[in-house]
Amino acid sequence: MSNFASRTAPRESALVRWSLTAGVLVFLGLFLVLPLAAVIAEALGAGLRVYWESITEPDALSALRLTFLVAAIAVPLNMVFGVCAAWAIAKFRFRGRGLLLTLIDLPLAVSPVVSGMVYVLLFGLHGWFGPWLRERDIEIIFALPGIVLATIFVTFPYVARELIPLMEAQGNEQEEAALVLGASGLQTFVRVTLPNIKWGLLYGVILCNARAMGEFGAVSVVSGHIRGKTNTLPLHVEILYNEYNTAAAFACASLLAMLGLVTLVAKQVVGRLARGAQDDGVGSELLAGGGAR
Amino acid sequence: MGLTLGVTVTYLSLIVLLPLAALSHRAWGAGWGAFVDAAQSPRIVSALGLSFGAALVAAAFNAVAGLAVAWVLVRYSFPGKRLVDALIDLPFAMPTAVSGIALTAIYAPNGWVGGLLEPLGIQIAYTRWGILIALIFIGLPFVVRTIQPALEEIEAEVEEAAASLGASRWATFRRVLLPALFPAILTGFGLAMARGIGEYGSVIFIAGNKPNETEIAPLLIMMRLEEFNYAGAAVIAVAMLVMSFGLLLAVNLGQWWWGRRMKGVRA
Amino acid sequence: MSIRVSNITKRFGRFIAVDDVSLTIPDGQLVALLGPSGSGKSTLLRIIAGLEQPDTMGEKGKAAAAIHLAGAEVSATKVAERGIGFVFQHYALFRHMTVFENIAFGLRVMPRATRPTKGEIAERVNELLGLMQIDSLGGRLPSQLSGGQRQRVALARALATKPSVLLLDEPFGALDAKVRQGLRKWLRKLHDEIHVTSVFVTHDQEEALELADRVVVMNRGRIEQEGTPDELFHRPATPFVAEFLGQVNLIKGHIHNGHAILAGNVTLPHNAPGLVTDGRQARLYIRPHEIELSATALSHGLPVRLLRVRLAGPTVKVEALGPDSQTLDIELSHDRWRQLNLNPGDEAFARPSDVRIFPDDYAI
Repeated sequence: MSNFASRTAPRESALVRWSLTAGVLVFLGLFLVLPLAAVIAEALGAGLRVYWESITEPDALSALRLTFLVAAIAVPLNMVFGVCAAWAIAKFRFRGRGLLLTLIDLPLAVSPVVSGMVYVLLFGLHGWFGPWLRERDIEIIFALPGIVLATIFVTFPYVARELIPLMEAQGNEQEEAALVLGASGLQTFVRVTLPNIKWGLLYGVILCNARAMGEFGAVSVVSGHIRGKTNTLPLHVEILYNEYNTAAAFACASLLAMLGLVTLVAKQVVGRLARGAQDDGVGSELLAGGGAR
Repeated sequence: MGLTLGVTVTYLSLIVLLPLAALSHRAWGAGWGAFVDAAQSPRIVSALGLSFGAALVAAAFNAVAGLAVAWVLVRYSFPGKRLVDALIDLPFAMPTAVSGIALTAIYAPNGWVGGLLEPLGIQIAYTRWGILIALIFIGLPFVVRTIQPALEEIEAEVEEAAASLGASRWATFRRVLLPALFPAILTGFGLAMARGIGEYGSVIFIAGNKPNETEIAPLLIMMRLEEFNYAGAAVIAVAMLVMSFGLLLAVNLGQWWWGRRMKGVRA
Repeated sequence: MSIRVSNITKRFGRFIAVDDVSLTIPDGQLVALLGPSGSGKSTLLRIIAGLEQPDTMGEKGKAAAAIHLAGAEVSATKVAERGIGFVFQHYALFRHMTVFENIAFGLRVMPRATRPTKGEIAERVNELLGLMQIDSLGGRLPSQLSGGQRQRVALARALATKPSVLLLDEPFGALDAKVRQGLRKWLRKLHDEIHVTSVFVTHDQEEALELADRVVVMNRGRIEQEGTPDELFHRPATPFVAEFLGQVNLIKGHIHNGHAILAGNVTLPHNAPGLVTDGRQARLYIRPHEIELSATALSHGLPVRLLRVRLAGPTVKVEALGPDSQTLDIELSHDRWRQLNLNPGDEAFARPSDVRIFPDDYAI
């Protein structure tokens, strides 16, 4: 394949090329770079001291703790699930495989508010299990479990979606060779499968984590917005913003923005490593990735 | 295999199927009457129409802009191209609440861009334009990342053939390249629009949330839930799901139709 | 329309693809650019087409690069405006268009002023479908065609706008042997009917010798020799051409008294070309069918021992061991072989009837 950038003919005129490039760069600058710059500017706008105070204030800290806690529970669970699902789907043929695939993709097609809503319908005051839970004084909605459940719902496709095409492309031969050589299922998995999928797995975990920490809509529905208790960092940002405490809101938002940037960088790095490690570039399957809603 | 399948199915059932069942049950329980009421409530209709319509317009814009971005990234070179390419994923990676308040800050009447436009009488934040901007922001990566691989796959020889036959650059683009890119553009459009219909965090701050004007459907759902009007919320949710499903169907239909043209079922 | 290229050089980075090539192709002829991969033939073709640009930074003292089509200098003209037709090795058909639409493409993108009417376009396309003998395929898509059919569509497409020059880049390279042979004959017939100046690139010397009016042999970016197939085959100007075309035996010897002396002190009567001086090592190229084989001693004949004999074919092919352990491939008719009554392992004598002699330090 010829390298597009160095082809001489046929090409559009230099004028068209430069105008198009300039136009695109202006557009991207306006739409992508400006918001990022705004976060930084507003966060530091009131000075470093206000910035520091905003992010070390007790409610902010507990929001941060909650965000990490939720991610720490949801991500590993989804990682295990993702590996299981990908293993089952990629290595075997069974009835209902297509249905399973569709179900896995489901949370991505659904509005985050709806994602949170379905848990309210289940566990809320007037939900299916509402009365049953109230009797036993178990709190799911407006408490940690609800937030964790909603987060799990919206983030579970990511790991599976990265692994499935990867494992399908790798085929079964290596695992079969291991089994023939006498390895048990578990040994095969740990020694043969896992090393082969490590970059895809890492990529999926990065996306999953970004979404888990940044999720807004779904968590907003199930959270109850109780300051210092059921607010994740994104929710805390919303509260501050709605109180016109702009500098503090942006200060906390900047932490999340940093998470976003770290995710971006990690994506690039792991994507490159994955492409290098396997002929069948993980990069080509890494498409509709993470982010919060 | 049995173990992994079992784990998968159990997990899925708990996390996905059960909640979905609850949703269907609630919506079903609300009865047909509730749907009819909803359809007649101007506020709900307006919100649904806004979510759908704004997503449509934003996705259409992104189809064009995304094509231009993908074209420049694949075919031209300029300093810092790799950085720009990486930045395309920014709307993916950024938590929506952050995007939401950042965009509002920029386009509000006292913001960087909003401030420039205010003397001209143009308002962006708290209007439908603001919603559009937010949806364009989050939809862009979908379109660009879908078109990029398709562009890279086009053989140089086909363009050379068109040129050797006397086609101008524009004719080549219109008659040869665009048709070849159609499936990718359609997919990107569909993905961007599907995301836009249900979007909450990026939009909620810049929208202004005036009923019948800038109120999006997800917000209505939230409000119903806070009022413990589960049935009402379920009804709107189902309407949204139907819209998304319809969109998915339309996109798949488009791809199928195009696939038939390419494989030539007529002969 | 004649083609004249002068002083064409093309570098890709440090690799010199075309090295100061000048060539004239007379009007109406079918010319082959023949050479191994990397010889520059495809690059030269693409430069003529306008798909590549020759280097304009000439070395001091050398004339600037120029491309003339029918006398007009066109190196500054864009591909779309040179009025050439180009056929690609992998067809490059427009996948989303039918055969009809593919062929009509060149006509449909003409500027409004000169564009033919829909009726005229349809007429021309149908004419070409008939000419290419693919009448029934007009409504098909490229994915529904065989390789040979696709290539004919590509050809029809290139000819639709009545170009004055037809350029083909390894047109049959992607096809099966049998299909290739059929298309070769057919292309020759087509050219005889249409008489468009045509240049095709190939690495298959059999194809070039069979098809072309003139052959240009290229190697490492330069032209080794140019001429009719007959001239090139029987009077190669360089060792490269001798080795590249047809089967050939290479024997080493040295020059003495203007004649070649081989190992075993056999002197060949052929005169060594004037530029070869005495005492020098020489390379002798002898074609297998230009060797006389005899059971009895021959004047100027080499003593050989027969190793293997292949009888399955239109001619008998004998592999023999000559002096200095050099192998000789000999080709003779079945009649002659029967007359000789020889067997593998026998001693015999071989005398070349025609030899091309080159000095051994000739740079290839």
